[in-house]
Amino acid sequence: MSLMPSLDLFLQPEIFLVWTSALKTFVILGVVLTMVAYSVWAERKVSAFIQDRIGPNRVGWAGLIQPVADGVKLLLKENFVPGGVNKFFFSIAPSLAMIPSILVLAVLPFGSSLFGVPMVIANLDIGVLWVFAVSSLGVYGIVLAGWASNSKYPFLGGIRSSSQMISYELSLGLSVVPVFMITGTLNLGEIVQYQVDNGWMVFPAWFQTGAGLRDMTTESGSMFGLDLGKTLLWIPMMISFVVFIIAMFAETNRIPFDLPEAEQELVGGYHTEYSSMRFALFFLGEYAAMIAGSGVIVTLFLGGWSLPFVPDGSQGWFWGLVNIGTFFAKIAAIIFFFLWVRWTLPRFRFDQLMKLGWYVFFEVALINIFLTAGILAYLQS
Amino acid sequence: MATIVQRPQLSLLERSYFPAILGGLWITIKHFIKTLFGQTKVTMQYPEQKWDSALPEWYRGAPTLVKDEHDRERCVACQLCEFICPPRAITIKPAEFPSNGPWAKVEKYPEKFDIDMIRCIYCGLCEEVCPEQAIFLRKDYSITGLTRAEMVHDKEKLYELGGVRHGLVNKWNEKK
Amino acid sequence: MLTILFWAFSVLMLAAAIAVVVFRNPVNSAMSLVLSFLALAALFITLDAFFIGIIQVLVYAGAVMVLFLFIIMLLDLKAETRRRLNIAALAGGLAVLGGFAVLITQIIKSLPSSTDHFPTLARTGYSDGYEIGMTLFTDFNLPFQIIGVLLLVSTVGVVTLSRRSLR
Repeated sequence: MSLMPSLDLFLQPEIFLVWTSALKTFVILGVVLTMVAYSVWAERKVSAFIQDRIGPNRVGWAGLIQPVADGVKLLLKENFVPGGVNKFFFSIAPSLAMIPSILVLAVLPFGSSLFGVPMVIANLDIGVLWVFAVSSLGVYGIVLAGWASNSKYPFLGGIRSSSQMISYELSLGLSVVPVFMITGTLNLGEIVQYQVDNGWMVFPAWFQTGAGLRDMTTESGSMFGLDLGKTLLWIPMMISFVVFIIAMFAETNRIPFDLPEAEQELVGGYHTEYSSMRFALFFLGEYAAMIAGSGVIVTLFLGGWSLPFVPDGSQGWFWGLVNIGTFFAKIAAIIFFFLWVRWTLPRFRFDQLMKLGWYVFFEVALINIFLTAGILAYLQS
Repeated sequence: MATIVQRPQLSLLERSYFPAILGGLWITIKHFIKTLFGQTKVTMQYPEQKWDSALPEWYRGAPTLVKDEHDRERCVACQLCEFICPPRAITIKPAEFPSNGPWAKVEKYPEKFDIDMIRCIYCGLCEEVCPEQAIFLRKDYSITGLTRAEMVHDKEKLYELGGVRHGLVNKWNEKK
Repeated sequence: MLTILFWAFSVLMLAAAIAVVVFRNPVNSAMSLVLSFLALAALFITLDAFFIGIIQVLVYAGAVMVLFLFIIMLLDLKAETRRRLNIAALAGGLAVLGGFAVLITQIIKSLPSSTDHFPTLARTGYSDGYEIGMTLFTDFNLPFQIIGVLLLVSTVGVVTLSRRSLR
């Protein structure tokens, strides 16, 4: 009897929103930080396999407890602050590098719904803009680290990083505009729902019957098939996807665009002077940014949590969990691609990087917008 | 004379980097899959797998002292090895046999025989210089310890490593 | 709740804005300005103007200030930190500021909206990005296009001026 009022209290709309959001935040943070730790493990393992080695295999089976050992090592190291640094910015720069990539996760729909609760922490109408705004703040951590270190190599790394990020943010932003033109929304949840109904952006080979313009049969359920509109829109979508994923490589400072921390030229780049947990924050922040970036790629182009012929969470909690698993599996696949590329390609020269960004990707993304607009106008006429 | 190197004429497709990138990705994924399914020969896992069986007979590992087939020590404490040792790793404290004892002819034996394995450079000069064939380089290569004192092999340890070696050694022969 | 947030972010924004002027180190000033922009964006968001708030972060904090910081770091302005405080200039500045504040208060008080409550924003069911787009591209289409052309002209002008050789 005494339990009932408290249960009612928990089910009041505002209270319910608060504790479900808090719960989702904790779960997502836990999952993503674990993924961050294990992507470091995956990086070492993948690089080893590509180079015909074995990789970490001492701590735990196949080295699976290696991230814990690495973390303990980094925590126990001396947190050294060199002389002559700007102490305040030197201290906050690592956090500034880590925070934006975690904030991006707030708007990513990581699942359909579970017990009627939508699986997204903040369902913003302008989710995509949030992603870009927050990730554009990530450059401060790197620039301030480079400047506050009061040392040549970190400074060069910071300068490179800021010019690189400014250049590639343009292509990043412009390359997704066609997605919004097709879906007609900036809400990431609605973009995923569009892909559930009409097939993934990069692979629109199936559709949900009874949804939108492309209602071709009276039967219900998912169907394979392509029509003229989808085939035509596939072209700009593929261009968008390629430009976006390349710009994402540049944004997350991954090879072939890892000039801010090019070891051969800049020692360690912007984190040369850092040690212990501050260094770990930079190191893990890079992986967190990679996971957040993969999440954005998956949400925008690879159908988010959806799999063809798999119902969403409204059909029962089991399918809700399957959707969440699908989302993270797709992220893992994209991360594997990131690692795979890293251990394949050499680094670009800085002028090549800038030239590519400004002369090629910017123009391609811009032309792609006009192409999409033309196709959409043709389809509507 | 200036040599003009003809730059290769790249087609538009080649200049877009994509064929080269895809080719590279194909090569790396092949290596990845082969290693994943154990088809690639990889490095020996050292502490578990050792290459002891592949060591040649003439392998120069840790220097040791050997005894003969009658379990008598061969070393006569001549100190030649101590003098020739380039890093001065060997320290010998000789002692005399009693003049009325059965081994008076041998005159000396090492009371203490220490080899500092931190200093030893495994050159094998001690083995070469030994007139009594008492010191031999064996196949032990993994000499470890937690303290410096632990890394100094004393006589007991050296005999334990060296064991018994058969063969003609003239100094113990009464008739000679 | 919203009132608390309003005051918190207003105080933060104003404090950061004052810090921009007070700090002698240009990098400190620039970072204070970023903080001020972020607080301003938060104020926009408490007004449900998500689009403006996010654009504030994206454009000013994310792009413009990064460029500022970039330039400040490249120039390495040591002289600025060494400059002494000029009492006369400070007093003059404060006097102008006080006069300006009085003027603004008088003007705002004389406006009809100072006594009336603001009408609550009409909820149309669309996102505010949609609303802004509709307003810009229907009611204010011509001014919008003209601003676009102006920006293009200024961009071309900058490119022309910053070319290395002006023969």
